[in-house]
Amino acid sequence: MAITKQICLSTSGLTKIFGFGRRQTVAVDHVDLNLYEGEVVSIVGESGSGKTTLAKILLGLINETAGDVFFQGQKRDISSHQKRQEYWRNIQAIFQDPFSSYNIFNKIDSVLLDCINMRGGRGLARAAKVELMREACSFVNLKFEELTNKYPFELSGGQMQRLMIARIFLLKPKILIADEPTSMIDACSRATILDELMKLRDEIKMTIIFITHDIGLAYYVSDQVYIMERGKIVESGSADEVILRPRAAYTQRLISDVPKIHEEWDLSTV
Amino acid sequence: MGKTMLEVRELTTKYVTRYRENVYAVDHVSLKVEEGRSLGIAGESGCGKSTLALSLMGYYFPPLHYTSGQILIDGRDISAMSPDDVRKSVLGAEIAYIPQAAMNALNPTQKVIHFIEDVIRAHDLYITKKDIYERARKLFETLGLPAAVLQKYPVELSGGMKQRTVIAISVMLFPKVLIADEPSSALDVTSQKMVIKMLRQLMEVGFVSAMIFITHELPLLYNVTDDIMVMYAGQIVEKATSEEAVFDPLHPYSKGLMGSIIVPEQGLRDVKLTAIPGVPPNLKNPPTGCRFAERCKYVMKECTSLPSIPLQEVSGGRSYRCLIPEAELRELYAREAHSHGHH
Amino acid sequence: MQHTLRQIFRSGKFVVGFSIFAAILLIVTIYPLLVRESPLTIIGQGTFFPPGIYVSVYDSLTSPRYTLQLDDAAAKRLASRLSDDDRLAMKEWLVGAGLLESEIDTTDTARLLGLWEATYDPAKRIPGLTNAKRNYYVRLDASLDGLLATEGLSLATKDPQTGALIETGQVAQTDYANVSQVANLRVLALGTDNFGRDVLTELVTATGVSLQIGIVAGLVATLIGLTLGLLAGYVGGLVDDVITFVTNLFIVIPSFVLLILISFSIGQEQRGAFTIAVVIGLTGWVWTARAVRAQVISLRNRDHVNLSKLSGHSIFRIIVADILPYIASYVVMALILQISSAILAEAGLSILGLGPRTTDVPTLGQMMNWAFIYQAYILGKWWAYLPALAAIALVSFSMNLMNTGLDQVFNPALRE
Repeated sequence: MAITKQICLSTSGLTKIFGFGRRQTVAVDHVDLNLYEGEVVSIVGESGSGKTTLAKILLGLINETAGDVFFQGQKRDISSHQKRQEYWRNIQAIFQDPFSSYNIFNKIDSVLLDCINMRGGRGLARAAKVELMREACSFVNLKFEELTNKYPFELSGGQMQRLMIARIFLLKPKILIADEPTSMIDACSRATILDELMKLRDEIKMTIIFITHDIGLAYYVSDQVYIMERGKIVESGSADEVILRPRAAYTQRLISDVPKIHEEWDLSTV
Repeated sequence: MGKTMLEVRELTTKYVTRYRENVYAVDHVSLKVEEGRSLGIAGESGCGKSTLALSLMGYYFPPLHYTSGQILIDGRDISAMSPDDVRKSVLGAEIAYIPQAAMNALNPTQKVIHFIEDVIRAHDLYITKKDIYERARKLFETLGLPAAVLQKYPVELSGGMKQRTVIAISVMLFPKVLIADEPSSALDVTSQKMVIKMLRQLMEVGFVSAMIFITHELPLLYNVTDDIMVMYAGQIVEKATSEEAVFDPLHPYSKGLMGSIIVPEQGLRDVKLTAIPGVPPNLKNPPTGCRFAERCKYVMKECTSLPSIPLQEVSGGRSYRCLIPEAELRELYAREAHSHGHH
Repeated sequence: MQHTLRQIFRSGKFVVGFSIFAAILLIVTIYPLLVRESPLTIIGQGTFFPPGIYVSVYDSLTSPRYTLQLDDAAAKRLASRLSDDDRLAMKEWLVGAGLLESEIDTTDTARLLGLWEATYDPAKRIPGLTNAKRNYYVRLDASLDGLLATEGLSLATKDPQTGALIETGQVAQTDYANVSQVANLRVLALGTDNFGRDVLTELVTATGVSLQIGIVAGLVATLIGLTLGLLAGYVGGLVDDVITFVTNLFIVIPSFVLLILISFSIGQEQRGAFTIAVVIGLTGWVWTARAVRAQVISLRNRDHVNLSKLSGHSIFRIIVADILPYIASYVVMALILQISSAILAEAGLSILGLGPRTTDVPTLGQMMNWAFIYQAYILGKWWAYLPALAAIALVSFSMNLMNTGLDQVFNPALRE
């Protein structure tokens, strides 16, 4: 490849242990990741694999037990509130459940206004802020006029999740961690969300980390895939490599257990 | 053609809300399942799939109410029976129902064999414990479940094993019809596959004569059932064989649904996923005419001006609820696929 | 907010509870404006005057007199002085003395009295008559003197020099005074207590004071519980461990015992109503802290809190904007319960004599305490304790009803 890819986020030996003594569980076990700028990377694992814990460590919401996270080649420092705020300007998230992602007591506008303030738009005139919000909404095909002054529960799940994308559009982070962003919404709205996420990536050139249990979805959206089993990365590589020619036994089992439509789904393997 | 095991004629049921509003979640639904066949029901959440499953048992409790229509199991009309009779002589013996979180229904303080005793004793008072155990063991072994499970408490079993145990318990009396409502969606893929395998086994060995399987996961439906029925806003919009429904859908809603399927197969990355804009209508006052009109790209003036759109029969027992003729729809879809290819 | 309020007032239980509570509040605020007498003024000489309208005898003698000829006046007068029980007792004595039972008609007062006067002899021995009963008959006989008299009474003044009585006027049996013209009368709707204080005035003031104690104690308890719960739940780690330890410590010590010990060690003189309220509040926060902690822990992991962190908000803002509103309904419900239980705790303390010092203000508990000490229960002076009991019951009933109503609104699992 002509252009050398820049590493955006990487980890080495990242480990998270919950509990003490005999009751401790290793949720994330020596994970090494290398994420390149502008790529879509999926971390695939079943429930209990530690993928959500990994995502929260990357986001700086929980502390790692051991190992390091490097952001743009530098060891990340989130020891103070100031530094955390700085870090969060670069890394953002969309969570699984749109219904619990909103503070139900606040109007929708406040979510978007927070983002404008965070990007240094605190001093802007009201009209300029509204213009920014309108732009963000129209990016995800929502009409700002229909949303302003409404409460989150007046929206459908799909609309809420698209508004979360509008939030990212305003924040323009370098990295987006999408934790199962489509698993709580209907299949026919899923394509809309995915399309908009991809459009957003092209627009602001960010890296997307998809956390998902759906290996088909990972294959559909990502350039790189990491397969995670009980806290460990068991296989990684390009999407075609991992999904079409899996080497690890776990990956092979995972793929064979997902129902297919064009190929035969062999029930005798379980 | 086999015997008709389950026939539903124009069944309508409604929810009555706290404010005395009627929500017709199942609206004039007719269907037929023959012996040895399975029927899948597909649709978005809130389209009435699960309500249909509940309504099919003929056992209603508030807020769900029966309005009109008939349910015939092996020719016997259960919609006219009293709730008590339904509970005593239909549930379990004629129809078995497996809800989504069935595995959580097991009382954690009892061993598995206790639940089986309950089920069998309800229909045969004088059977000995030993006979019950023998029957249970035979059934479990046929279905590939270890007999040791019988002496265990629910907490000692994994989620997948619990779900399969519940299914085994529910077919203990060899019901004619099995209704499974998302029986595997809370499980990991491997357990899901085991559950599916077991459901197929149930049909093969004849423990149940007909099955209705409900899920929003289309690849799963395609692999489990012979026929697929697509529901939208309480109505049936398309009925076809699984092969036809997935690869050659007629109704624009089915077409959209099938275009959103994601499976980890070669070539998936070249397919453009389709999306259906908008949300399903509120069933408190459904729109007149076609209920899908608001979200349909092929909408015409007649779609909303007619009071209702009839279900059209086409060749091979298929039917769909749309004003556009079959040939014309196929042409529209072909043209669209072509234009996508050029992008 | 508006929607929530509308929902709350749609709940029948809440509305009933709220109406009772509002009525109590209204009475407590308006009554002192109308009756400007100190609730602890001793007006009666003697204990436990029964409820009723008290008319000045002196003033009614000097007020204008009207003559009314009423047919049943004599009968009523007789009935009030000679009760049915007395008549039966008289008949019993007469029968014991050898008269025929069929000849005695207790409804014919004149004949009965005639027979009695002719036959009664205190020295006569009737078989089976106890000493107490004999004394009763002596008293009864004395009270019958002049019962059938039709003349009036003479009014006389005493000559200061000679001490001789000079007749100044007559009061006939047909003389009437108009109550509205009598200069002095006092309505004691609930009589007086053992000290001779107006129970009604005392009760209204006591209810107000008890409510104040309840509200202060409830606020103190809820504030402590809320702060500790929020800290333990949100900060977690060591802070959580320490707070949970202290909370558990308070749970295993019965709070009422603690309350008694603290009140006792403060001493009678230092125990004002406010002090008692704070002490009750300090011992009652435990359950609020525990429940708030549990709720905050489940909220802490919600995605909206995570997103709020990612938006760079401070801990303070996250707690105030993203956590407090979610538990607000619960805290309000806890507050109501705390107030109601604080009122009960005050009553419990005061009955034991450990309530606020008795010289300032009455509380519902103290009224019970006084009635208890002066044996109102045994003497059957119901007005001294039943109204206070009813007030305590009504206040805590209305608050619990409001709480149940709120619970139904906020907890969907309980909705019908």
